[in-house]
This record gives sequence, C-alpha cells and structure tokens, in this order.
Amino acid sequence: MAKIDEKAFPFSKQWLDDRLALTTVMKVLNTEYWIPKNINFLWAMGMILAATFGILLISGIFLLMYYVPTVEGAFDSVNYTIMTEVGYGWLWRHIHGIGASLVFLIIYIHMFTGIYYGSYKRGREMIWISGMLLFVLFSAEAFSGYMLPWGQMSYWAGMVITNLFSGGSLEAYGLVEWIRGDYVPGQAFLGRFFMLHVLLLPLVIIGAIVFHFATLRLPHVNNQDGEEVDFEESARLWKEGTVESRKKSEVIPFSPVFLSKDIFVMGVYFILFFYLVFYNFNFAMDPVNFDPADGLKTPAHIYPEWYFLWSYEILRPFSKDLGLIAFAIAQVIFFALPFLDRSPNVAPASKRGLFQIWFWLMLVDIIVLTFMGKLPPTDPAFAFIGLVSAVLFFVLWAALPFITMFEKKIKE
Amino acid sequence: MSTRRDFMGMALGGFTAAGAIGGLYAAKRTWDPLPSVKAAGSTVIDLSEAIEGEPMTEKWRGKPIFVLKKTAEMPAHDRDVVVDGARYHVSIALCTHLGCIPAYKKADQTFFCACHGGVFDTSGTNLPGLPPPSPLEIPPFKIEGNTLVLGSEGPEYLEMKKNNLVV
Repeated sequence: MAKIDEKAFPFSKQWLDDRLALTTVMKVLNTEYWIPKNINFLWAMGMILAATFGILLISGIFLLMYYVPTVEGAFDSVNYTIMTEVGYGWLWRHIHGIGASLVFLIIYIHMFTGIYYGSYKRGREMIWISGMLLFVLFSAEAFSGYMLPWGQMSYWAGMVITNLFSGGSLEAYGLVEWIRGDYVPGQAFLGRFFMLHVLLLPLVIIGAIVFHFATLRLPHVNNQDGEEVDFEESARLWKEGTVESRKKSEVIPFSPVFLSKDIFVMGVYFILFFYLVFYNFNFAMDPVNFDPADGLKTPAHIYPEWYFLWSYEILRPFSKDLGLIAFAIAQVIFFALPFLDRSPNVAPASKRGLFQIWFWLMLVDIIVLTFMGKLPPTDPAFAFIGLVSAVLFFVLWAALPFITMFEKKIKE
Repeated sequence: MSTRRDFMGMALGGFTAAGAIGGLYAAKRTWDPLPSVKAAGSTVIDLSEAIEGEPMTEKWRGKPIFVLKKTAEMPAHDRDVVVDGARYHVSIALCTHLGCIPAYKKADQTFFCACHGGVFDTSGTNLPGLPPPSPLEIPPFKIEGNTLVLGSEGPEYLEMKKNNLVV
C-alpha cells in the first residue's frame, strides 16, 4: 500500500494524488507533453478530427433515440419522425451529415500534411499506420451509416459495395450472401449494418484513436522542417520558466499552449461547419436518397459520397477483375508509404526534389479522380481522363521507391 | 514444476482456443441467411401477359428478373426459353459487373447499365470491351404450360446449365 497523507481532506488535491496520482497524469498527458514550436495551422487537424468525432458521437446519440432499424420503418423514422416531429431532430441530422462529410475533408488534409512533411518515417511509421487504420475504420463507419436511411442510394450502394466481395471471377456469391444475410440487401443487412454503425465500429474507432495518440508519444510530433528537436533540453528550458529560457526552448506544452492555438483553428473550422449545417446542409444530402429503397429500380446514375469518389473512379475504367484488383490495391497502398519511400530525409516536400513533383501530382491526380468519379460513365472524353488518372495513380506509386532511392540526402 | 505449469498453460490455452473457435462458428452462423429468407423460394410468371419487344420485370428472391418476349427480328440464341413456339429472354436483371439493374433501351434493343456503362443485347450477352465480364445470369426455371416457375430446375434449364449457358 502506497503512503498516504492521513490528514488530507477527502477529494482534495493531495487526497486524489495519493489515490490516483492525478498531478502526474495531468503532467504526462497535458502540461508536460511537448509539442514543437515550429509548426503551422495544419498541425491543428488532429484535434479538429477529435472534436468532429465528438460531435458525430453526440449528434448520433440523439438520432439513435428515434431511428428505427427496420426496412419498413427506417426511411420514415429519418425523413418523417426525426426531420419533422422530433424537436430539433433536423439539427442532429444535419450536424451528423455535415460532420460525416467534413471529417473526411479533414482526414485528407491531415494525411496529405503528413505526406508533405515526411511525418511517416524514421520512427514515425506506427503513427502513419495507425492513422491509416483509422481512415479505413472511418470509411466503414461512413458506409454503414449511409445504409441507415434506407433510401435508393443506401440500397444500391449496399448492393454494389457488397458485390465487390464476390471477387470478380472468383464468383464468391456465397460470401456476398453471407455478408448480406440475404440474396439482396434486406432486413438482415440493415440490422447488422445498424449494429456496426452504432456500436462495434465506434468502439473500435475509440480504441484506435487512443492507440494513434499513443504512437505519437515516443517519436513526438514532427515539425515544419523535420528537425530533430532535443525535447529533454527544450523541456528543461521551458520548465525553467523565465521569459528568456522559454524563448530559447523549441517546444511548448500540449496544454494549455498548443491547445489554445488549436482552439483558434477549431474556431475557424466550426464557422465553416455550422455555416454548412444551417445554410448549406444539402451539401451532404443526396437527393436520390430521398426516394425509399426499391430493389426493382436502379437510380439512373449511382455514385458514392465525394470522399470515396477517387477510389471508385479507379475501379471504373478497367474490366471487372482488373478493376477489383486496382480498387483493392488503392485501398491499402497508402499503408505502405513509409516503406515505399526509400529516402532517409524527413523534410518538407519542397526540399526533396522529385518527391515534391510526386506529391503535387498525387494530390492533383486524386482530385481529378474525384471529379471524374462523379460524372456518368457515358462521356468518352471524361472516361478517358478517368482512365489516364487511374493509370497515373499506379505509375506514381510504382515510381516512388525509385525517385526516393536517388534523392539527395539533406543532412546527416 | 515447469511441466505442471506447462500442462496448466496448455490446458487453459486449449480450452480457450476451443471456446474461441466455437464462438467464431456461432458468430458466422448468426450472419447466415435465415431459413425464412432461403425458403422464400419460387415465383410463378404468367407468360400470356408478355408483349413482344417489351421486357417485363418480375421479382424472384428479392432480385429483379427480365422477361423479354422476342420479336421476329431479334436474333435467336441458345439461351432463349422457348414456350409454345415463342422465344423469351429470361435473366436476373442485375448487371454481372457489380449488380445494378440495366435499363432496356428500346431504340438500340439493348440493356444498358448506368452504373459503369455495361451493355447487353436481347439475349443477355455482354458486349465486348465493357466492364461486365459475363452475360446476364439465367435463373433456375421450369416451364409449366404457359407459365414459368423460377427457383426450380426444369429439363430445359438443366440442358442449358449442361452447356454452360446459364451464366
């Protein structure tokens, strides 16, 4: 038994410290968790994601109270009960829809920030891999959530995406029927995707977020120049507490200094967020999904939400088997980034020669794929641009080990 | 001492593994289609309602089914179902690419899938160079008088299946 102060007043600081080491915990997680000074607003994306996830969780809890997970009841429970009867039900729905869309925008910014500054290698591989795991989990969460209103787009997206698991010429229709629990998406399918969306996936996501934070602990957050910061010396200087020493220190504590910068960026972000929620909520509402699911009528043109369009467009221009293989590779290739980048340089892309070109080509290619994915498959000119962009995506990945292998070493 | 510990370890590990495998099997079975879903079996289609050159859409096991009574100028095919001398194209109306429903374009006499641009002719054959890898699938059928029973395998269906014409 640890030594305790017998005279400490119950629930006083001393009393809690004797039992929970509260001061130590606060130091480890907040006041002595060091963040480099040499960063910019892009370093706030992590906390913005955490905040958006919190908002999705809260709005989801309110939606869950009236949502009915049956094929007969789901559509009306969303479009009638929640939208017209429940007081402020529309607010939760629009927050949830906009949040689901914006969370992907921020995830992509967060990812490409990491790629630009080389924050995925030289000891930071697990940060990248756990982050990619979160991307996959958020994708599954978004897809399962998209099934729940049981509109036409829900139904047909469910049909098409579950069909991907037949593996093309492998014709694994047994697996597809097993995933659906039926020959076509029906009650069994809706029930299990409801469970995944509201319980299993959020639990796994929370676990993965904790893990993602933990992976940052030893290698520390990267900085704008990829410099090796002497965290111990800088922490000592900061803790010395004089104006001089804090000026000399290269770090700031996570709380309250870094968080106050974060909260400023978050403020800007939430202006956009709530502008969309109140004035432009249709941005996250596909009109086709306001028709109830009908297994006998495919909508004239089906497409996923904007954040899946680039990988959807990679599937589209090829034959079925090749398309599936391309799609499968595109889903996992980003995991391999730390190992395909052969250069030891941790530096912004602007200082890395050919890698800079690679970075911007990749970013533009994904944006072009996104636009092409939204267009109907009929126009040959756009289909051709889609094909070229899809091929370029793979050419870029194949070229990455070679262009980084010959990259000039910046520093020892 | 160590052997006794090893034994305890192996016994605990063995029972845990057996329990885990059993649990996984139960989880897998829970996700299987329910008996009531599997049993919702057959659909009877009255062919006397068919109009030449106009496909009807029926429903079998939740999936849409095309029944197209062919006109004289539509080319005959071994995949046609012949009832009372009339030729019918019968298929599961889901694109063999990723399962969208193709729409019949009367002017071109083709089934066009809007999802990824697949095209099938009036015999359900996929046109080359497009995403669908195979013709529209023919469901199990049995001819009974002037009706078609979907879900049971009649001699004409078995004949087609033998010749690898159903998928």
